[in-house]
Amino acid sequence: MSLVETGLDAAKRATGGALIGYLPLGFPTLDESVEAAITLAKNGVDVLELGLPYSDPVMDGLVIQQATSIALENGFRISDAFDALAQITAEVETPALVMTYWNPVLAFGVDSFAQKLKEAGGAGLITPDLIPDEAQLWFDASEHYDLDRVFLAAPSSSEERLKRAIESSRGFVYAVSTMGITGTRKDVDTAAVSLVTKLRELEAEHVGVGLGISSAEQVGEVLSYADGAIVGSALVQALASGGVEALAQTALDLATGKPATA
Amino acid sequence: MALRDELGPYFGEFGGRFVPESLIAALDELAAAYELTKQDPTFAQELTHLHATYTGRPSIITEVPRFAEHAGGARIILKREDLNHTGSHKINNVLGQALLAKRLGKKRLIAETGAGQHGVATATAAALFGMECVVYMGQVDTERQALNVARMRLLGATVIPVTNGSRTLKDAINEALRDWVTNVDTTHYLLGTVAGPHPFPVMVRDFHKIIGEEARAQVLSLTGRLPDAVAACVGGGSNAIGIFHAFLDDASVGLYGFEAAGRGIDTPEHAATLTLGRPGVLHGARSYMLQDEDGQTMESHSISAGLDYPGVGPEHSWLKDLGRATYRPVTDVAAMDALRLLSRTEGIIPAIETAHGLAGALELGKELGSDAIILVNLSGRGDKDMQTAAEYFGILDGAPN
Ligand SMILES: Cc1ncc(COP(=O)(O)O)c(C=O)c1O
Repeated sequence: MSLVETGLDAAKRATGGALIGYLPLGFPTLDESVEAAITLAKNGVDVLELGLPYSDPVMDGLVIQQATSIALENGFRISDAFDALAQITAEVETPALVMTYWNPVLAFGVDSFAQKLKEAGGAGLITPDLIPDEAQLWFDASEHYDLDRVFLAAPSSSEERLKRAIESSRGFVYAVSTMGITGTRKDVDTAAVSLVTKLRELEAEHVGVGLGISSAEQVGEVLSYADGAIVGSALVQALASGGVEALAQTALDLATGKPATA
Repeated sequence: MALRDELGPYFGEFGGRFVPESLIAALDELAAAYELTKQDPTFAQELTHLHATYTGRPSIITEVPRFAEHAGGARIILKREDLNHTGSHKINNVLGQALLAKRLGKKRLIAETGAGQHGVATATAAALFGMECVVYMGQVDTERQALNVARMRLLGATVIPVTNGSRTLKDAINEALRDWVTNVDTTHYLLGTVAGPHPFPVMVRDFHKIIGEEARAQVLSLTGRLPDAVAACVGGGSNAIGIFHAFLDDASVGLYGFEAAGRGIDTPEHAATLTLGRPGVLHGARSYMLQDEDGQTMESHSISAGLDYPGVGPEHSWLKDLGRATYRPVTDVAAMDALRLLSRTEGIIPAIETAHGLAGALELGKELGSDAIILVNLSGRGDKDMQTAAEYFGILDGAPN
């Protein structure tokens, strides 16, 4: 059973769509990142996306790069992520996906990684640099441990590739709103609507939209056509500048963008 | 199947495409366009013409007997890629990809560069074809290769110093990939070595294999036989694969790649990827790489900016595991000694990258004995390295010796 699909469906019923919040584990410290994730879950975030700090994050803009390099400088280890995740999932019911570049998973061993993730209560993985074509080990492990797999779909993806992303994903398909990397943007690219429309035509059941979403208004706009609005840099920025209090406020503000409150 | 015929996307268990989905369409487009050019005689003609009238191909070979006296008396023959326009082998690949980019209608070239040679070659092609050019270069490298920064800017390119991570080649590639993800509609990423996602490793190799094809015929005509060993330095591996490729299926020819051991492979400060690394995914391909237990890329070190890279092209990983090529580490000190030796015995100042291959050849010569013929890829000239060399040897007036 997909924890994330269940979470998205519940959010749809309650508030007309889900706010998906990203934060890196280990930033600013491991303990504070646990507290921050719990704070998100208690302040309107329906699905957590917890990033593993990685040395070469090619999909990330400056805000997230800076946060994850601080985590690495502080000595973040992959094994810490499972401890942190276990603490978070013990405290809140919110489904928690881990967002990770592929090499840390490979280095850990794909099967062992999946096992640890499951034991820590994790829902599955978002894999920004793993395409379904290269993902056989992850298909095997995620089936075995009953974990969600979130692959990316881009405005540049062919119909054939969109189909592949839909068939390969479980939880939701991550629609990349724009050709680019993470970071706040003034407007959500119009490419997002047409990408989600295509994904719907190809019968994608759950679609989350990410990249460049940073205001309640944008959350509302995205949730008028998608199941989840993914916010990252804006939350990281809030945490970096104002700690968990500012983070809670930013999450609450973003959540007011959801179409309907219960 | 001949080893030479390997077409990717995989070399055994290496290679592939580990990149964000946003780039797949561009990689598919590039791979398809590249396949088409192989069947299109006008493309080959255009490139050959450019090489003849602009690059200066074929490059000559030079036998270096005074240098070889220090290599156990083996015969050493240099393939003179340093004499190419812009001063290194890099131009072979750059002109090929720039022509391809033109056919794809791209108006903007981006590149990463370590030593600056690839950046200079790309800026040169952009000037020649009237394209916009942005080069990403680690801040550490903009300092140690300042002369090449000036060359690129004079050629009209924008050089962006990269200040995150280790501030070297690895981070320049990350930044170029981020730019490409964002601007892929208008932009061609002119990757400078045989690394990265498919089709780059095969395409870049194919644009460089002319080095070995020419050299094989030149050595045959000079000596009447094939060399016993072919040697090259290995950063990402483009000049090495370029000279190896024509010899891959000549079983009698030993292939030797020399990577940077920096301060020594018993210290943490090295770039000996194939010697000390483990397979993993970096910059879009599975290959040997320097990584810690957690799969975090480790920082490399080399006195040579162009070899200061914790990854390597997938074809080299495959050749290593097959046992077809041998890869050995060469320290900063050994490379600088070889650089000075070639300068003083033959009047040829090589790039510091190249000097790693020369140092390796000196050792090979002693092992193989005086009957041996060793072909070395002289991948680039040392002008760009004069600041580093002057400091290293203390040869500027007023500098401590
Ligand atoms: C002269 C020269 N040789 C070798 C290299 C290393 O690259 P590769 O291993 O791709 O040949 C460089 C890279 O900058 C270079 O400038």
